Amino acid sequence: MSTFSREHIEFLKKKKKKKYFILFWQIIIIILFLAIWEYLSYKKIINTFLFSSPSNIYRCLVGLYNNGDLFNHISITVYETIISFLLANIIGLIVGTILWWNNTIAKIADPYLTIINSLPKVALGPLIIIWVGASINSIIFMALMISSIISIINIYNSFISTDENFVTLMKSFKSSKWQLYTKVVIPSNISNIINNFKINISMSLIGVIMGELLVSKKGLGYLIMYGSQVFNINLVIASVFVLGILSYFMYYVIHLIEKKVEKK
Amino acid sequence: MINVDNTILEISNLKKIYHDKKSEILAIENIDLKVKDKEFISIVGPSGCGKSTLLSILSGLENKSSGNISLNNNLKIGYMLQKDSLFPWRTIFENCLIGLEVSNTLTEESKNRVIKLLETYGLKDFMNKYPDSLSGGMRQRVALIRTLATNPDILLLDEPFSALDYQTRLALSDDVYKIIKNEGKTAIMVTHDLAEPIS
Repeated sequence: MSTFSREHIEFLKKKKKKKYFILFWQIIIIILFLAIWEYLSYKKIINTFLFSSPSNIYRCLVGLYNNGDLFNHISITVYETIISFLLANIIGLIVGTILWWNNTIAKIADPYLTIINSLPKVALGPLIIIWVGASINSIIFMALMISSIISIINIYNSFISTDENFVTLMKSFKSSKWQLYTKVVIPSNISNIINNFKINISMSLIGVIMGELLVSKKGLGYLIMYGSQVFNINLVIASVFVLGILSYFMYYVIHLIEKKVEKK
Repeated sequence: MINVDNTILEISNLKKIYHDKKSEILAIENIDLKVKDKEFISIVGPSGCGKSTLLSILSGLENKSSGNISLNNNLKIGYMLQKDSLFPWRTIFENCLIGLEVSNTLTEESKNRVIKLLETYGLKDFMNKYPDSLSGGMRQRVALIRTLATNPDILLLDEPFSALDYQTRLALSDDVYKIIKNEGKTAIMVTHDLAEPIS
């Protein structure tokens, strides 16, 4: 550190200052928000029966935690999300590869992929329940419908936009298609594949919650649904709160993986 | 048959038409060319006159429409493209090995030959570096070594210096010419710049 010039140390200081400034305001905003909410409900300006309050939500969370339900529900949701995340990536890679490999299949599949992709998948909910049954399978199926189609489209698009110069080079060495795939298409698309992880984890979580809202006996989506049915707003907001933290956490894990790969 | 005049590649009446939905484009027609062993041939012409097409056909990247190409018994052709296209995820050394890997001829012997080439042409210190730490001229030299690595008999060079600034171009064209002479290769170079083949 001592080898840095004065200006550089000054520069680093400024940068650090700015970082703390941003963090400070991020914390202030959430504290202010919670404080105003709590104050309004304490003064009975808003109806706690409809809008709840931070203290009620906190008590609700502690209650859930104490009877062991909290982590039970979280783990179910996480489990379903991870399963559909993994499956969606595998499906995306395999089908994306097939489409890249065979241009004719890709052209044939194109309108179907577009239709399935733009169809609001929640519309398929009732059908999925009838076909797959009211179980964890139909939740994962639902999540897969949402995440795997986008995966396929993303992977395929990034594969076909592999640098044309690299492809020509490989062809000039008379490479086989498999060699082109393993030596150029995959390594040049690593960052796209990881980027797809990011989209996929959010999509899987959306699908899982949607599935749980429709049919389930466990999970955060179920808690939200159950809470609204018995008009326990504390429970609904507490679940949404946990869900928010969970989704951020999952996204962050993928972000860490991305950083690790980029370093290589 | 005794080959008196050392001709190793003969092209006669070559023709290439590109087809697309709306039209067909005649790229080259009536090309006749004899290439002798260890010859350095330059083809000069404005851009768009079909020089690259000729090389693409010779290298097998594209099919000819009609005409004849006769190549002496299984001589190998190496193609150096306009862009260096070095893979950013491979080191310089690994980049040079790609042709050998693809043709399944990666042996200790061929590896050593590549190391020797890198050494001879001043790139050994950069062997384990990644392409983004190299200058344009060096990258182009790596691209040439990558082509030479598969030990081709005839080199096709497609405007190898077009992406470089004038100074580097002069220095590099000198280098490339020496490298090709040293290695005893036959070369066909295509360019739109009349100064290049002369220098």
